[in-house]
Amino acid sequence: MAQTLFDKVWNAHIVEQLGEDTLLYIDRHLIHEVTTPQAFAGLNEKGRKVRRPDLTFGTMDHSISTRSLALDACGPQNKLQLQTLADNCAEHKIALYPVGHKNQGIIHVIGPQLGLIHPGMTVVCGDSHTATHGAFGALAFGIGTSQVEHVLATQTLKQTKGKSMKVEVLGKLPLGVTAKDIILAIIGEIGHAGATGHVIEYCGQAIDDLSMEERMTICNMSIEAGAKAGLIAPDEKTIAYLENKDFAPSKEHWDNAVEYWKSLASDVDASFDTVVTLHAKDIQPQITWGTNPGQVVGVNQAVPSPDDFSDPIEKESAIKALKYMGLEAGQTWDQVKISHVFIGSCTNSRIEDLRAAAKVAITGKVKNNVTAIIVPGSVAVKEQAEKEALDVIFKEAGFEWRLPGCSMCLGMNDDVLQPGDRCASTSNRNFEGRQGRGSRTHLVSPEMAVAAAITGSFTDSRQFGE
Amino acid sequence: MTGLTTLQGKAAPLDQANIDTDQIIPKQFLTGVTRSGYGIHLFHDWRYLDLHEQEPNPDFSLNKPKHAGAKVLITRENFGCGSSREHAPWALADFGFTCIIATSFADIFYGNCVNNQLLPIALPSEQMDKLFAAIEADPDVIFNVDLPNQSVQVGSISFSFEIAEHHKENMVKGLDAIGQTLEFDSEISSFEDKRRVWL
Ligand code: SF4
Repeated sequence: MAQTLFDKVWNAHIVEQLGEDTLLYIDRHLIHEVTTPQAFAGLNEKGRKVRRPDLTFGTMDHSISTRSLALDACGPQNKLQLQTLADNCAEHKIALYPVGHKNQGIIHVIGPQLGLIHPGMTVVCGDSHTATHGAFGALAFGIGTSQVEHVLATQTLKQTKGKSMKVEVLGKLPLGVTAKDIILAIIGEIGHAGATGHVIEYCGQAIDDLSMEERMTICNMSIEAGAKAGLIAPDEKTIAYLENKDFAPSKEHWDNAVEYWKSLASDVDASFDTVVTLHAKDIQPQITWGTNPGQVVGVNQAVPSPDDFSDPIEKESAIKALKYMGLEAGQTWDQVKISHVFIGSCTNSRIEDLRAAAKVAITGKVKNNVTAIIVPGSVAVKEQAEKEALDVIFKEAGFEWRLPGCSMCLGMNDDVLQPGDRCASTSNRNFEGRQGRGSRTHLVSPEMAVAAAITGSFTDSRQFGE
Repeated sequence: MTGLTTLQGKAAPLDQANIDTDQIIPKQFLTGVTRSGYGIHLFHDWRYLDLHEQEPNPDFSLNKPKHAGAKVLITRENFGCGSSREHAPWALADFGFTCIIATSFADIFYGNCVNNQLLPIALPSEQMDKLFAAIEADPDVIFNVDLPNQSVQVGSISFSFEIAEHHKENMVKGLDAIGQTLEFDSEISSFEDKRRVWL
């Protein structure tokens, strides 16, 4: 029978079928400080061991400072959590890249960068943006702490297979429109619960044309469409990206690995439970106006009115969201003044994001009264950016250049907004209070974030740069 | 874990769709290293007027005396969307809830509930309307939830709900999921023997 990419990866990891449930083998387990302490405590209570420490990799990213390498820079509780991770990794012989290590960074940035993620793998992490790794044709999804404990102890997970959704983006992407805009447009189209219960496969020319880093931006936000995972079939770009990475298959196995990876595409006659089609030419730079990622419009559209929604729940949500966001229906984006800009997060903090941001930043200066920070996704990204002197461009334009971490994406450190602050953010969630109680988040691409920093309100980034 | 079969108790309403995990338990409370103590921070931004949790918001449903002591939370579409933080079900359970009835749940959150003996029940929106109406009419009305028989009964209304057989069994018996999987140790080992050499 014809199979989807999802079917192929799934079937290759079945340890045992248990009724409707499948015991699935996990190839890669990524861990960080926030969702693991209770899992290790659970293991220790029962005297259980980590089955495959060699398949488990950890870093510190969520609760660290972006101004200091000291573990206690954000207070004693953060320090305790970080120290607990370090102790657990040492005790169970798990590789950890702590603050200060050259491999440290946001878990979803360092995984690919180190070559830890190969096509066809199953990848889990106690973090919903694990879907990022689907860009390699891996089945990657976020899990809760009880499941982290289950994977530590057994290297497997019990899962019920989800439905499949094909999202095809046809044609060529217009100039100045980014991967972030594609995924926001997709979420706007299907709604932020539109893919609940599904695993998405992204395809079509606009997706094929993307670099690996852009594909990661797309897969990253699958959860914002409600999907647990999103993936893209591996191709020559995937293979080229992995070659010579630290944890890529060794020379002697490389050819066999590549041959296997090439078999990982949905069969032409494979069928999907749901199919969604978008045309790339219709996508403009996107801005979220509400408090969920599906509440999004193009930069040239005005802030919508609740009356634009026929569905009573959407209408109700729109009323509430506009109130929280302090926006009026019909406002145009140049009328919406911002106080903060955040460029970072596992969605948009890779080197290509910073290069794109720098191209706009070089054309102007951060507006008075706007605080703008740039937080690279990893030490390696930071070093590469500094090698290319991007940090100089940013600093001259008035941006703060920080140490790598999750930072203001969720503000578990001291990068937190105050009530009423309005932020153009390259992160992935605009929920109420996400970046600080009472703060207002607008999700945009790096280019749009820099353009907003320069003009002090939202502007079409296509007016800047080349 | 102790098994969950039936429960009786009052319900508290949160009549809103798309309640995300950042609302259920905001990030500043995720620095803990244990599973307990999150109940006090549940719905922090909505429940308190101040940052120090000294001033309860009198308008927030869970703060109303008539809903005190509720064991069941009833809410709308896509409850628990957002992050995978298990602190969300920990906070709900620690606050005193044993069951959440909603129109629908986000996937990861649903699984996290099941793994914490917090019963998630999804019902169609017309049925949810009736449950909201029942609480509106009488805040003290008792919800009778029967997991083995998959039913919710409130006054004269009774609905049946769906739950996967394995979830039901685990919750009813309070089984240790890891212990169960460890019984497949030899199957896992033989799978490992066949994995591709470069992995
Ligand atoms: S950058 Fe944001 S979304 Fe990504 S892992 Fe960190 S907190 Fe989560």
